[in-house]
Amino acid sequence: METIAEARSTRVVDINNLNIHYGQKQAVFNVSLGIVRQQVTAFIGPSGCGKSTILRALNRMNDLIDHVRTEGSIRLDGEEINNPMVDVIELRRRVGMVFQKSNPFPKSVYENVVYGLRIAGLRSRAALDEIAEKSLRSAALWDEVKDRLHDSALGLSGGQMQRLCIARAIAVNPEIILMDEPCSALDPKSTVRIEDLIGELRRDYTIIIVTHNMQQAARVSDCTAFFYEGCLIEFGATKQIFTKPEQKHTEDYITGRFG
Amino acid sequence: MSSRSTRRILDRAFTGLGGFSTLLLAAALLVILVPILIKGFGAFVFRETVEHRRMLLDLYETGDRAAVETEVAAAAKAREPVYAMLGAFKKEVEALPAPERRKLKSDCKDLEKALNSLLGPAPGTTQPILLRQRYGQNRWDRAQVAIGKVLYEEAYDYSDSSQMGKKILVPRVERFRGTSLEPLFDYVRDQSKAMLLPRWIFYGGFLTHTSRDAHFFGGIRAEVLGTFYLTLGAMLFAVPMGVIAAIYLVEYARDNWLNSLIRSCVSTLAGVPSIVFGLFGLAFFINTIHVSGSKSVLAGSLTLGLLILPTLIRASEEALRAVPHTYKQAALSLGASPWKSITTVILPAALPGILTGIVISMGRAAGETAPIIFTAAVSVGQPLTLLKTLTQPTPALSWNIYNLCTEHEAVDEIRHVQYGMVFTLVLLVLLLNLSAIVIRARLSRKLRV
Repeated sequence: METIAEARSTRVVDINNLNIHYGQKQAVFNVSLGIVRQQVTAFIGPSGCGKSTILRALNRMNDLIDHVRTEGSIRLDGEEINNPMVDVIELRRRVGMVFQKSNPFPKSVYENVVYGLRIAGLRSRAALDEIAEKSLRSAALWDEVKDRLHDSALGLSGGQMQRLCIARAIAVNPEIILMDEPCSALDPKSTVRIEDLIGELRRDYTIIIVTHNMQQAARVSDCTAFFYEGCLIEFGATKQIFTKPEQKHTEDYITGRFG
Repeated sequence: MSSRSTRRILDRAFTGLGGFSTLLLAAALLVILVPILIKGFGAFVFRETVEHRRMLLDLYETGDRAAVETEVAAAAKAREPVYAMLGAFKKEVEALPAPERRKLKSDCKDLEKALNSLLGPAPGTTQPILLRQRYGQNRWDRAQVAIGKVLYEEAYDYSDSSQMGKKILVPRVERFRGTSLEPLFDYVRDQSKAMLLPRWIFYGGFLTHTSRDAHFFGGIRAEVLGTFYLTLGAMLFAVPMGVIAAIYLVEYARDNWLNSLIRSCVSTLAGVPSIVFGLFGLAFFINTIHVSGSKSVLAGSLTLGLLILPTLIRASEEALRAVPHTYKQAALSLGASPWKSITTVILPAALPGILTGIVISMGRAAGETAPIIFTAAVSVGQPLTLLKTLTQPTPALSWNIYNLCTEHEAVDEIRHVQYGMVFTLVLLVLLLNLSAIVIRARLSRKLRV
């Protein structure tokens, strides 16, 4: 029997010696790190450092890209996800994703939220309604859209759309939510709302966020991983990374000397 | 400075040229369409004579029997003097010396022929065998031509020996000067309306009545139905195939030589002349795999389907490619299988484009002629029931327009049917294209806010 404290500190994702190649070009070199349950982990680093590639490896979205080769091990709750026997669909239900550019479907707000449930075969109207409301409330969007649930989602503002995508991701009740620069296309006000939301969501979900915004990483995350040219340079508590980084490289990047 | 003004002149010139060519196109369209539409409209709205009403009652059992019988009686009364004069004249002729008698008798026979064509068979004579001879002129416009033939006869003027004989019209009355028939011509001219009782009508039966006696009477039901079956069959065959092929090419096909070969084959097929498709349909569907013993709607539908398949594939491909990639990513990240992401997100988003492609190829299938000549079309035929489409050929609008204009025995007498068919086909295609625009606009509005 684990204590609650122990469970909280368990690593939910364990990455070991991860190497990812795009055709001939290697994008990720020997990365090993552990993601702790119900914490926010930020991936930072200059463009092209491989952080988004690692993020997409976690729900195997890299499979969609031709000629991608993944080596090494990624364990989710101790289970190897790169095993060909793994059900990718099941994996993606457990590891949700929010994209850089908000991408609601050209359907109503309601249909967007319940999409994952519908394709999973949930038919009960009452259950769908309940989860839709709960998810929209969790995404801090309910009050704004409750009167226009059946209007097109494409009529929402940019920030609302991104929160809708978050609501859609949490509706299928994943363990982990991957966020790939979720605020990069948003104005400062919407960004603050999303950051507040991330603070709320960490109570129930494990969140991994890729960001270019140092302040954002400092504000929202518990742990930070700094990548450079496909290598993990430093990984630790955010406070420590941002105040006294061990690596010179990390310090240079955080203080804006390059990147 | 000068380069700026040059730029402006060029800009203006280009705008002007563009506007001019658009106008030219619109004008050409008007010049072609307007006469067709006006003349074709005449198949539906025209002045019908009492003969038309009698024909409709006899052959199609439409109309108020009592009213028509009253009108027929009134018309018969107006025609009585004509037949009375003819009877009196025939008696008078018998008393004449032989040479003169023979000549007048033959002249009278010509006159009677012209009269029968105008008014139908004379009362008391035996019913003609041919249906077309059992009624007088149905349409007032045709009746006026027939009246002309009663009043005038064609002759040739050979007075100028350096030229070919010139066709002239000679009043027929000259032949009967001084006889008891002389007043008949004035009577026919003045009383034609009383004898035929013309009246404006809208003849909706043109679409729903089967033609009788090779389009001398009735409508174009068999042709409309044939075109409907052929088009529907082609769509049933081509739409699923086309959309599935497009999904394969866009979502599943990898970039290898086989798939690029398939793509270029599709593009090439779109440019193959339709007559080649017709020949292929005959050679493959009928002669090789024997979908039917001979021409049939089924074989025609398959051939037409094959003809529009490339267009459909390309339109669907374009529509599918236009769907943002992010939709698919989002669906997959929510645990959708690739197939599920296609059916629930990508296809609905591509639907306006696909539907437009479908409707436009429907217009194409409805109007194509060459493929069905070999595989499905006949000149004369009855409307088919659904089951018979598997084995029987059918008349169809596109083919029968050509057929009625070139191979019919009395091309001149059924102009209104020809134009009516063209009118129907043009309207059908226009309507299909219009609905494509409407569908697209509606779906797009629904999808994009």
